[in-house]
Formats: sequence, C-alpha cells, structure tokens
Amino acid sequence: MKVAVITFPGSNCDYDCYQALKTLGGFEPEFRWHRDEKLGDVDAVLLPGGFSYGDYLRSGAIARFSPIMEAVVEFARSGGPVAGICNGFQILCESGLLPGALLPNESLLFRSYDVHIRVETVKTPFTSAYERHQVLRIPIAHGDGNFHADEETLAELEGDDRIVFRYVDADGSLTPEANPNGSAHHIAGIVNASRNVLGMMPHPERAVEPVLGSTDGAGLFTSLRRHLEGAMA
Amino acid sequence: MSDSTTSSSPATTQGGAMIPRPRPGDPEITAEVVEAHGLSAEEYERVLGILSRTPTFTELGIFSAMWSEHCGYKNSKRLLMLLPTEAPWVIQGPGENAGVIDVGDGLALAFKIESHNHPSAVEPYQGAATGVGGILRDIFTMGARPIAVLDSLRFGDLDSGRNRYLFAGVVKGVGDYGNCVGIPNIGGEVFFDRAYDGNPLVNAMALGLMKREELIKGEASGVGNPIMAVGARTGRDGIHGATFASEELSEDSDESSRPQVQVGDPFTEKLLLEASLELIRSGHIVGIQDMGAAGVTSSASEMAGRAGSGVELEMADVPVREEGMTPYEILLSESQERMLVAAKAGREDEVRKILAKWELEAEVIGAVTDDGYFRILEDGEVVANIPALPLTDGCPTYEREGIEGEDVKEARRRDLSAVLEPEGDLTEGFMRLMGSPNVASKRWIYDQFDTTVRTSTVVRPGSDAGVVRLRGTRRAIAATTDCNGRFCWLNPREGAKAAVAEAARNLVCTGALPTAITNNLNFGNPLKPHIYHQLREAVLGMAEACSLFETPVTGGNVSLFNETDGKAIYPTPVVGMVGILDDVDHATRAAFEVEGDSIILLGETREEIGGSEYLYREHGEVAGEAPSVDLLAERRLQHAVLGMIQKGHIRSAHDCSEGGLAAALAESAVSGERAFGVDVQLHARIAPVALLFGESTGRVVLSCSPDEESRVLEIARSHGVPAQLIGRVGPEAGEFSIRAPRGSIEIPVVTLRERYFGALPELMAQTAAEEVR
Repeated sequence: MKVAVITFPGSNCDYDCYQALKTLGGFEPEFRWHRDEKLGDVDAVLLPGGFSYGDYLRSGAIARFSPIMEAVVEFARSGGPVAGICNGFQILCESGLLPGALLPNESLLFRSYDVHIRVETVKTPFTSAYERHQVLRIPIAHGDGNFHADEETLAELEGDDRIVFRYVDADGSLTPEANPNGSAHHIAGIVNASRNVLGMMPHPERAVEPVLGSTDGAGLFTSLRRHLEGAMA
Repeated sequence: MSDSTTSSSPATTQGGAMIPRPRPGDPEITAEVVEAHGLSAEEYERVLGILSRTPTFTELGIFSAMWSEHCGYKNSKRLLMLLPTEAPWVIQGPGENAGVIDVGDGLALAFKIESHNHPSAVEPYQGAATGVGGILRDIFTMGARPIAVLDSLRFGDLDSGRNRYLFAGVVKGVGDYGNCVGIPNIGGEVFFDRAYDGNPLVNAMALGLMKREELIKGEASGVGNPIMAVGARTGRDGIHGATFASEELSEDSDESSRPQVQVGDPFTEKLLLEASLELIRSGHIVGIQDMGAAGVTSSASEMAGRAGSGVELEMADVPVREEGMTPYEILLSESQERMLVAAKAGREDEVRKILAKWELEAEVIGAVTDDGYFRILEDGEVVANIPALPLTDGCPTYEREGIEGEDVKEARRRDLSAVLEPEGDLTEGFMRLMGSPNVASKRWIYDQFDTTVRTSTVVRPGSDAGVVRLRGTRRAIAATTDCNGRFCWLNPREGAKAAVAEAARNLVCTGALPTAITNNLNFGNPLKPHIYHQLREAVLGMAEACSLFETPVTGGNVSLFNETDGKAIYPTPVVGMVGILDDVDHATRAAFEVEGDSIILLGETREEIGGSEYLYREHGEVAGEAPSVDLLAERRLQHAVLGMIQKGHIRSAHDCSEGGLAAALAESAVSGERAFGVDVQLHARIAPVALLFGESTGRVVLSCSPDEESRVLEIARSHGVPAQLIGRVGPEAGEFSIRAPRGSIEIPVVTLRERYFGALPELMAQTAAEEVR
C-alpha cells in the first residue's frame, strides 16, 4: 500500500510519519514535494506536522496554495483517504477540505506533552481498529490547536458523528483541565462529511513504539491498513 | 555581477603588495576610533606590525571583531590549553564548528554549547532564539543532522518583574526556534539567583548525528574554488555583535544596543539545514561554515586560516537586504541563517540548484587564493588586505594576575553553626524549599518545548539527563548540562570539579557512560584580578575532573564581561556532557516506580550547608565552604551505579543536588506518572539541616525491588561506596515521611506534588499583573 507523505518547506514531522509507516509495516511510504503537481499512484495521503512556510501568515494558510494541494484535494474528493496531523490539520482546514479553523492556544503558549484523547467514533478509515470511547495517550506539540467553528458547524459535526477524538482526562472524563488549548467541544480531531478526510492535532506517529512511551497511536495506522486491504480485496 | 567568472579570478601571489585605499567618507583612524573598536594600544601596535601600515577603517573593523574575546579568546586561550582534549573516541577536538566523537556502529556525534548572554539581556526573545539557531548551524555545518537541543539558563530572582520578563522571553525564544526547526529539546537546567540580575545567561547546546564519512570541515582549500554566500541575505542587523558580546553591559545598554541584536527566522533555518545537508552529501563543496559571530569576516578568514590558503571576496556580489551597505557593514553584519561555502570549481550551478530547491539563494562572492591574504574588494577596488593567519591566530593572548576577591574570602569564613541549629519539625522549611524555582519542577519551561519530534526521545526533560535513541542500532545518547554558580563563586576550582562530577553522575543515573564534554565558560571581566582568578581556578578544576572521568573537552564557548554596572555574575563554567548507552533498554529515570521498593542512598552525607539552596532561601546568604569534591570516590560511585543499571538490578536512580537529600527523595516520589509516598529513616548523627538539605556531592538515591536489595548493597561495598538502606517507597498518594535523629518531615505526597509542580507557574502568574520593566 502506497502512502504519499507530503513535504512542504517547513514540514518537520514528514520523516516521523514515514518512519511510523515503515515501523508498523505493510506500507510503502513515499515523499511528495510541495512543488510536485501529481500524487501518482497512491492509496492514501498523509499531511505531516511542522511549520509549513514558517506559519508566518497563519498556520497552513500558504501551504494550501502549493501545487501538490490541487492533487490532494482531487484525491480527497474522489474518496481517497487523507489524514492531516497537527500542521496537516491546519492545512486541511485552510484548503476547505475540513470545516473550522485552528486558533492560537487559549494560554497563548506552545503546549507540548502527552494528552489523553477519547475515540469518539470507530466509523472512519482511521479508527476502526480502536474501541469506541477507548482512551489513548498521545503527545501534542502545537501553538495553534484551538479548534473553532460556528455553532451550526459544531452541531453538524456532533450530529453526523464526525468528531473523531476529544481531549479527556486519564479516566475518559471531559474535565476543563484536560483540554490543552481551549478547543470547542474538546475537539482533537474531526472527519469530513464523506468520512475519508481526517484532521487531528495530536501526533499518533509519535506513539507507535514502546521505547517512545506509548503505542496508542499505532491503531490509526493499522486501521488505515485494514481499510485499504478491504478496498483492494 | 553575479556571474561567477567576473568575481572569482584568483589573485596573484603578490597579494600582500596590494594596498587598500580608504573609502570616501571613512572616519580617520585616531586613538579614539581604535579605542571605540575595543582594541588596546598594544593590540593596535600589533595590527600596525602585521600590516606595516595604518589600517583602513574597514580593516580596523575586521581586526576589532576577530580580536574580540568572542572570536579571539585573547583572555582565555592560554588557560583553555590546559584542558584535556584527546581520547581514542574523539574525531574532532576544539577549533572547528563543533566537536565530534565516535559513538559506534559507524556513527559520529557532533555537539557543542554556545552562549547568547548579551543579546538575551537586551532582547530576550530574539537573543535566545538566535542562540538556538547559531548552535544548530554549528552542528549541521559539520555534516550532522541535529537530533537534540538543551538549554542552560540563569536569571535573577523571580520576585522582580524584569527577571520574569527576561525568563519568559528567553523560554519562548528557545522554544519557538527549536519547535519550528523540529529539533526536540531534551533537557538542560535553569537557576535563579540575584547574582544574575541584569545579566541572564543563555547557553544553548545541540547534538547532531552523521555517518563517520559524512564529516566535513570549515576549510577553504583549492586555489580558484569559488566562495559562495548561501541562505539569507545580509542586512544591517547585529553589526559588531561579537565586540558587543565582549564588553560589560551598563544601564543604557538596553536601548542603545538593540541594533546589535540579530533577528531569527527558524523557517529559513529549517530550509538551510536541509539544503546544507544535501549540499554536503552531494560532493559539490569542499568546506562550509556558519556565518555566526562577526559574520563574513570570521567565517571567511577562519576557513582560509584552517586551510592555510587565502580568500578574495567582492562585496558588491554579496546578496544584501538593503541598499547602500558599506563593506564595513557587510563584513560585520551578523544577519542570521547564512552560510559560507567553498564549492568545487565548475559546480556553482549544481550548488545553486540545490539551494533553489529549498527556495534559497547561493551567490559566488569570491574565490580561494594561494597568497594567504584575506582580501576584500568593492567594485574591484581593494578595501582590505590582511594576512589571514595573523588575523585568526595572531590575536595577542594574555595571562593576567589573579587574586581571590576579599568578599569571597569573607563569605567563606562566615560561621554558619547557628543556621544548623533548628530541630524538630522541619516540614515548613522543606515545603518552602520545594517551592523555590531552583528546586521545583521545570515543567512550566519544557511544556513549551517540543520534546518528542523526530520520534527518538526516550527520556524527556524532567529526569537527570535526556536520552535519544539512535535509530537502527541498540544504542542511545544521553546529554545533560550542569553547573552550580554558587559553589563556583565560593570556590571556583571545587565548583568546576563539582559541575563535571554532577554532569557525569546525571548521565550515569540514566544508564549512560560519560564520554565527552563541551563547556561554556561564563565569567565577568577578566581584566579584574579576582575574576581572572575565578577563570583560572575553574579551568584548572575542570581540567582535573575531565582527566579523571576520561571526558575530554571537544569544544565550547567563552563568554566573558558578564557584568552589569561593574557587578559580575557568579563564575559559571557550564558543562555540557554527552554519554552513550549501549542498550536503549538501560535508560533509567529518577522517579520511583513500584510501591514497597527499597530506597538506598549511595555516597557520604557530610555536615555541609555552605552554598546551599536552603541557606539562600531561608537566610538570604551565599556563604560557607562549597561542598568538597572527592573525584576518586565519585568515580567509584559512578562505576557502581552504571553496573547496577546495566545488570538490571535497580529501577530508578537520581542524583542529590539543589535542596539536598530531602529534595532528591521528593523528586523521585512525585516526578513520575504517579506520586508515591516515602517512608525513610536516617541515622547519621549530623545536624538535621545538613543531613536533609545539605548539598554534599557524590550521592545517588536509587530504588530497587526488595529481592535485589542485598545484591545492590554488595555491589556498592565491592566498589568501596558507602551504601545504606534508608527506607521504602510508600503507597500511591501516601505520606511523604523522613525521620532523622533530631528532626523530621511529614507531608501528604499529594500536597508535596502540588507544590513541586505548582510553584513555577504560580511565580510566573504574577507577571500579567505587573509592569514588565
């Protein structure tokens, strides 16, 4: 299964995503440069974290104009699975593939530590290997992770089961302290209406080996593998 | 002008005969102008001797930068020669952009520490950010990919709004830069004391990894090879930063020095990092160097000096950000994110192509010559022409008179017996100590740093040392920075030994074998005898300890003139040490892990309270004798602990430092994912204050399963290390209890945990309410 990992100038989790795919096995990750115009023959696309174009205007705001993004949008519209992690989530929002926006953290400080997130739906290509309401421990590392959308959009996300992850405490409760950035409805990750495009702020690729302190992120990739295997069968 | 053929014609071997003409509008070279450039009369005489004529204004600027303490090490070079620098595993010692050691499996580790103290005192955010940027460039110009950063910071006490402003700005600057480039921060230290009022210390350390054969040096060799400026354009920022960094600060440094502070752009740095590594691996270049302190001047002259060649540079070809820059300004600009590259002749377009892929520029600005001269042209006219070797290596070096300061002598003699008196319930004093920012958790800091990017961080900040694995091998690298400035002020020789010993102990406690160090010597004005005394003594102490621990010094940085209005900081010789874990599974943390485990104290607790955090917080004093350092005992201790870890006998290990034994036990109790109670009984018949809060060196608190207890004690005994079973790890959320013959501490561990993690955020929460200046 071929997975394109997109490298924008300023991406810094591209190599980590590549390694996670290699480590978990069953994937053939390939880098795509932001100036490439074609994705080529791939089964899924990963938009990694980092600071594309320095995030100097607004996180993800310039990356959406990269030549490769036209191909990514087309791939997503045709139903191909696309996941954006951290800066990748911001780019997906900026490019209109996902609703809402990611504002600066409520604390106005960069936040980097392990958070707990609860799997809200397993009906996505990225979460089928998890149990519903399973609590995962996964690192975050971001300055702009405060998910914001208007009330109508939030109601739609809630009503259509499109909130994929929420920030919770270790016991799975929605306490205010468990929300690291002020996100509306504790949102840590969402999917689009067709459920094939995922955006999330935490970094599952940093939690795939015991030596890194957690393997809770691995399920995201094994879900994707399972989904692609099913699609191919 | 950018065509490589027009500007790169190598000069003739009669280069020395070319006499530069003063540019129109250049100031006349008077004694005042010479003095304003930080050169003494004696040094200026030497300049006249080297040139056999009066320098032009441009040349004076060049000498001023290259012979500043920052570039020329004129007050420290003779002392630095006393440090051990060699070992079989050292691939590159001092003198290059960074030191390099062999770490096995065909891999080499480049690492170095550097200060950005003066810029951070004036503009904390940019000062700290560019400090991180500079040290990262030192690493990747060696051909190594940065894998970790650490930061060693000092500030005045946090009851001052100004100090909180500096602290918050520095932390944000360190974080934003490293986070954006994508290099994990794995540790470091921060220390608060009034001695750093107005003169904070910002030392950044970086580590990078490469295959042995990928090592490249900062040399400009091969006559006719083009010299290219790569990366960001040159602007007017940071002009004379190196000279500025070699002066004392004063009240008005704040505003008037702003233009000497550089501005960082981590996004460009990330592109430059990728482009440089691609360039080095392409085989199109022969040498590369960061344009750091003193910009084009130092990078070009040092590259020529190392290769024994010369260079000729055309200023009109340097890509600039603003119009009308003079050669003087271009040569001394410290604009960030720039590199100087010596390419192979004929490969200019390939170099440009690689840079263009990363949206960066590369322009030919000159060529390597064979006449040994550092020559600068402006539109073809020679404006500076200086022999390269005397410029880089001919800086006069001084050995000065050193005499111990009277104030230190008096402080050391202070009778502290009254301080040792209190008996009974010491819980309140203990809780105040745990609330001190020097003891409390530094989580407020490292929560702002990306610690897990690159998916290799095994031990994150908050333990004794950070650990990153080496992907594709069983090995891992540990790193730490350490120095107790109070000990160094009271006794610079013992203090420097203590710094090396503590760094090694921290590495050993995480399961690593200490391997090599980089040092950052932060001191006051060495022209004052009591400061020179501190510098000499500290270097001697460091040399002795490094020899004994077999941890050679592979490079580092000297930051002198750290004084504000005549008041010097504590002598602060920061040690950045790296070590190797043969097996990443040996990685060990400070936190207790299992209820019922045995707690064992290794090492000897002496009646030492001098220079302690307790003395400073409870009595406002820095006095008494610094704790003594027994290097041989320390080495035995470290061998024993490393052996225990490698054989899997112990579950946690933590060294005793600020706050003493009580603080070490508290940290092990609360710093893990769960907080455990502690039940400890001490028997030593020394004053309880010294027993609980004294900072005797050479001690480690460890925990092990009760089944391993006798074996651990036996291993300690066989190494000649004092060892005692002092208690047990209690239940989760239980009682933290230490009972000593004449005093005790009793507190619920949950309360202790709140204080430990809450103290620094609480101190910083005052900021919003107050004026920041």
